[in-house]
Amino acid sequence: MANILCVLEQRGGTLRKGSAELLTAARQLADQGGGTVDALVCAAGDVAGLDTLGAAGADRVLTATHAGFAHYAPEGIVATVHSIAAGYGAVLVSATATGKDLAPRLAAALGAPCGMDVTAVSASGDAIRVVRPVYAGKAIQTLDLSGVAVVAVRPSAYTAVAAGKAGAMEAVTVPAFTQRLNVSGISTPEKATLDVAEARVVVAGGRGLGDPQHFGLLEELAAAFGGEAAVGASRAVVDAGWIEHGAQVGQTGKTVAPDLYFAIGVSGAIQHLAGMRTARTIVAINRDKDAPIFKVADFGIVGDLFEVVPALTAAVKAAKGQ
Amino acid sequence: MTYFRKRIDMKIAICLRRVPDTTAKIVIGPSGVAIDEAGVKFVPNPYDEYALEAGLALVGAAGAGETVVVGFAGDSVQETLRTALAMGVDRAVHLQGTPTADGLANARVLADHLRDGGYDLILFGKLAVDDYGQQTGVMVAELLGLPCATAISSLSVDGGVATVTREVEGGVENATCALPAVLTCDKGLNTPRLPSLKGIMAAKKKPLDIVPVTVGESRVTVVSLAMPPERAAGRMLGEGAAAVPALITALTTEAKVL
Ligand SMILES: Cc1cc2nc3c(=O)[nH]c(=O)nc-3n(C[C@H](O)[C@H](O)[C@H](O)COP(=O)(O)OP(=O)(O)OC[C@H]3O[C@@H](n4cnc5c(N)ncnc54)[C@H](O)[C@@H]3O)c2cc1C
Ligand SMILES: Nc1ncnc2c1ncn2[C@@H]1O[C@H](COP(=O)(O)O)[C@@H](O)[C@H]1O
Repeated sequence: MANILCVLEQRGGTLRKGSAELLTAARQLADQGGGTVDALVCAAGDVAGLDTLGAAGADRVLTATHAGFAHYAPEGIVATVHSIAAGYGAVLVSATATGKDLAPRLAAALGAPCGMDVTAVSASGDAIRVVRPVYAGKAIQTLDLSGVAVVAVRPSAYTAVAAGKAGAMEAVTVPAFTQRLNVSGISTPEKATLDVAEARVVVAGGRGLGDPQHFGLLEELAAAFGGEAAVGASRAVVDAGWIEHGAQVGQTGKTVAPDLYFAIGVSGAIQHLAGMRTARTIVAINRDKDAPIFKVADFGIVGDLFEVVPALTAAVKAAKGQ
Repeated sequence: MTYFRKRIDMKIAICLRRVPDTTAKIVIGPSGVAIDEAGVKFVPNPYDEYALEAGLALVGAAGAGETVVVGFAGDSVQETLRTALAMGVDRAVHLQGTPTADGLANARVLADHLRDGGYDLILFGKLAVDDYGQQTGVMVAELLGLPCATAISSLSVDGGVATVTREVEGGVENATCALPAVLTCDKGLNTPRLPSLKGIMAAKKKPLDIVPVTVGESRVTVVSLAMPPERAAGRMLGEGAAAVPALITALTTEAKVL
């Protein structure tokens, strides 16, 4: 197996969550054939935490510094990768919103096959083998990509493992590029809330809440987890305008894989399950004992959410010593 | 009195794919690498409907122009293309052939057809809900050297510039690009119109050109398609608030997530 290049993502000089997990995926792939792992970071200036990437599995850390990288500049990243691509057998990115945009661009520029939203990557002879959910998670596809491959790995698919590599820093030159997409920045919502796709705990509510005001109950439960939890929702309540689009979990919303997922007053429609069935632990609270959500839940409570949720919030607070 | 309104000629292509209805039960076919299509209802890819609506609305607002829907697939896609014509698209092109598992090989077929079409915008769905490839539109843009914004959830076009937003973790990314451009469309962009009865009648008379194409070598092999592992059967902890202590214990000692 040849060497692996990881293109890491940074925002405003901070590496994105999931960088260490991506390096772990790359390390395992490279180690199957004695290859090396390089991490490329494209940024406008200094990036915090580059000195941790060796421990996360990078043999070398390549820094590409250019004023154009103050915001996401795909053409610049593609040009940089293209200029250093010789010698790599695979290019890995995290399958974040940005990574999913970048991966096919890299693939087209390198003339390489592209595996998106991959949950496992390994070497299979000369090919790169990827495993990925398809049909909204209703089936799992295994693909062999031959030649140099571009792979976007689901951020939640790997757990970071310390590797103790050198992480030697090296600057690379950013070639001249034509910027065609002009990103002016990211607007964050007024309430700085955690994104459901990134939270360790997701407290999701559905039509069973009965009224948009009752999302307050879920916010209190989320708050009991002390900044680790985000409030999610089914499409029914998003379409009803009870909560913003960004909170929707499911086939046409976000795919989440938190450690803990609460489905509260959510029936568990197949399209909802598509977005959360890979959560590590699923808890369902529903007054209908036959609700389909109980089929995927690890733990279920049958009952009125208005009774159960406040009791649960109090119990979580007590368990956390608040 | 004639009222003159400035007309901007807009030519827009929308790439369309047919997929199993999202409520369809998925059964793996005997090949072990594809689904069993027997009894499965096929529909236009839901994200492509946002692209269709965006194209129709933009040409409608411009007052002049043309919308063209393009599908690279076997003959069954013609029914899907007719659905787009019934929604109001002016004409359809069926690139007749067999797509591969290699998104780049397929994107080359589409790009070769679209290259000299003189389109101001080429619109795609963010992803096809069958193979979740999430790559075709971006690759076509790269192959044509056009600007590309992906997974857009809002769009305005003014003075030859497209202004878009797209959802990213923790916020909304704002971007612009000059036309001609490629955009891939996400939920939230608009509410797709339904084909009207009149539209369905009109669609029968609209042109649907069949262009045989050949696709290049695929560098992707489907090794297998399988059902996801079942989640182990869960446990009912009881009823009402009385079950909360059992849940806390389970989360603390068993699942170790508290
Ligand atoms: C193409 C397509 C894409 C879709 N994409 C998505 C998607 O991405 N995400 C998604 O979520 N859905 C999606 N859907 C919609 C999906 O099919 C369901 O309609 C939706 O998930 C139902 O939302 P819900 O569970 O909140 O509502 P319901 O199905 O109405 O369920 C409400 C539940 O609350 C329970 N309940 C009521 N009152 C109480 C109470 N007091 N205490 C406890 N429980 C109570 C009920 O027993 C019921 O189970 C999609 C549908 C289509 C066709
Ligand atoms: N064979 C095809 N013919 C026409 N359009 C396609 C084809 N494959 C993909 N597309 C378009 O590309 C989008 C993304 O598809 P995919 O990359 O397969 O997820 C779809 O929503 C369609 O708009």
